[in-house]
Amino acid sequence: MIGRPAPPIAAAALQGQWRRLHPLSPVVRVGALSVGLAVLVLPSLMNRSAARGGRNTSTGVLIYAGVAALLIAGGFVHWYVTRWRVHEGHLQIETGLIRRDSIRIPLERIQAIDVVAPLLARILGLAEVRVVSAGRGDERARLAYLSAAEAPAVRAALLALAHGLAAQTPEPPAYHLARVDNSQLILALCLRAQVALPLLLMAAGIGAAVAAPRTVAAAPALVIFVVSAAANAVRLFNDDYNFSLGEAGDGYRLDRGLLQTRHETIPFGRVQAVRLVQPLLWRSLGWCRLDIDVARQHMRNQQDRGANVVAHTLLPVATLDQAAWLLSRVMPGAPMLPPPGSGAPPRARWKAPLSYHFLAAWTSEAQVCARTGRVTAHTVVIPLDKVQSVRLSQGPVQRALRLASVHVDTAGHRWQAHLTCRDAAEADGLLDHLAVAARQARRRAAQPRPV
Amino acid sequence: MADSVDYQPVSPRFWTARQAVIAAVAVPLAAAAAGFLAGSPDPVTAVLFAAAVAAGLSAWVIERGRYRAWGYAEREDDLVVRRGLLFRRVSVVPYGRMQFIDVAAGPVERLFDLATVQLHTAAAASDARIPGLRQADAQRLRDRLAGLGEARATGL
Repeated sequence: MIGRPAPPIAAAALQGQWRRLHPLSPVVRVGALSVGLAVLVLPSLMNRSAARGGRNTSTGVLIYAGVAALLIAGGFVHWYVTRWRVHEGHLQIETGLIRRDSIRIPLERIQAIDVVAPLLARILGLAEVRVVSAGRGDERARLAYLSAAEAPAVRAALLALAHGLAAQTPEPPAYHLARVDNSQLILALCLRAQVALPLLLMAAGIGAAVAAPRTVAAAPALVIFVVSAAANAVRLFNDDYNFSLGEAGDGYRLDRGLLQTRHETIPFGRVQAVRLVQPLLWRSLGWCRLDIDVARQHMRNQQDRGANVVAHTLLPVATLDQAAWLLSRVMPGAPMLPPPGSGAPPRARWKAPLSYHFLAAWTSEAQVCARTGRVTAHTVVIPLDKVQSVRLSQGPVQRALRLASVHVDTAGHRWQAHLTCRDAAEADGLLDHLAVAARQARRRAAQPRPV
Repeated sequence: MADSVDYQPVSPRFWTARQAVIAAVAVPLAAAAAGFLAGSPDPVTAVLFAAAVAAGLSAWVIERGRYRAWGYAEREDDLVVRRGLLFRRVSVVPYGRMQFIDVAAGPVERLFDLATVQLHTAAAASDARIPGLRQADAQRLRDRLAGLGEARATGL
């Protein structure tokens, strides 16, 4: 991957000539759809043909084959009319037979580029390049699909162009930061409530069925619940399998996935917030998870959302020490755990009885941190130069208790920092302090960073 | 709350408009109830009438408090907006973070020559809104803020 020249098709497109995607892409695009269609259609076809004594099976199969042929033809036409190139500082994608869609993304607005390979694409040796850009409107781009050899080269070239370097600049080597052991990942997932509860329920259900066979009537509901929970657990495992995190000259590199592999880059300076999550059962083991929030727009429809799913796990499971070390790399100088005296005043117990034990807020030179949560502790760390606005709110109960909450907003869309239930005078001070400190941090960040 | 800030009140016309809306709802209702009471004077109707009058008066008092709670301050580097009587809110939005500024006026606002200035940042959660400014004032404020925003703009 390092320093290898881009294969010819991609190289031409990168030099401004229109090129099509990989000819096998319709197979992957349609393949997933037709499998879904088969799952939906085949059972009803079989039922009907069974009811009619099996005579109409051939008609049913013909209809299905016709639909499949139409889909494949449609997929092929879509592939035929889709082309892309890099031209005059923009990535351009044109698609659509009847309604032409032309997407132009300024290279300097590229936030991150991911290479994603779903199972079917992996089997066929293809991969998708997803470009995540910041901006209003629907700026989205998926190059689905390129060959697996081309995709990393295209990513490297686009990233180099986005940084104002020549397209031939080799992808900078990544410095390895962290890797997650798969057995630890399985154990950690089993200790998550969303996985552990269905397991317990299933055990209880089986126990009940054995003890009193008449309760089996309630089984279907339980089965649906357990199956969906199991699918969720498998998805979590599939997403974070073989997780490895690296740091390259242009950003953090995340590689993960069992069936669907992802290679993602999060550029430095695009990190809006980092969150430390400590679920109940993990705390006794001293484990935690680090999440990350990157600036992006709300997406209008499902396809757009899918195209812009960026990594939100920085480290799926780690010990507190490992997490603290990683946090010190991502946000130097951020204290991960609340220093003494940062908790909410004792009278906040009346306002927030269920989360009082976790409420804490503290600031460092370059970050503001807030911990909230009832069962799971969430600590949000926001770099001050990413603060968009600061708000103070005080409800009637809080006023009676001389409390107030301060909220720190960023351009990320996943979470904001809520400095909940501080002393009212302290909250006033925090509002002013954060406004001033954020301004100073912005000025510092606006100056060029020594490399 | 942030007492050191010197807040500008919104236009008294905002209060006039609010009173007009309250009156437009309350007066016909009260007239109808009074007519009903004159028709059949019994204790239940009288209590209902008194309750309706009390509700109208308390709406007036609450709205007056909410009107007085609105305030904004243009500081050197940021705009501070204060609002809310029961649930108090103070928002601090740095000029450099403003993405765009809306000036909107609904039918009632237009009737009273009022407009609402709404600030948008890249964060969905930050809501800084100043209602009840004279339309000319609102446009001047928007232009001033837009100029300050451009001078101090920073990336995401």
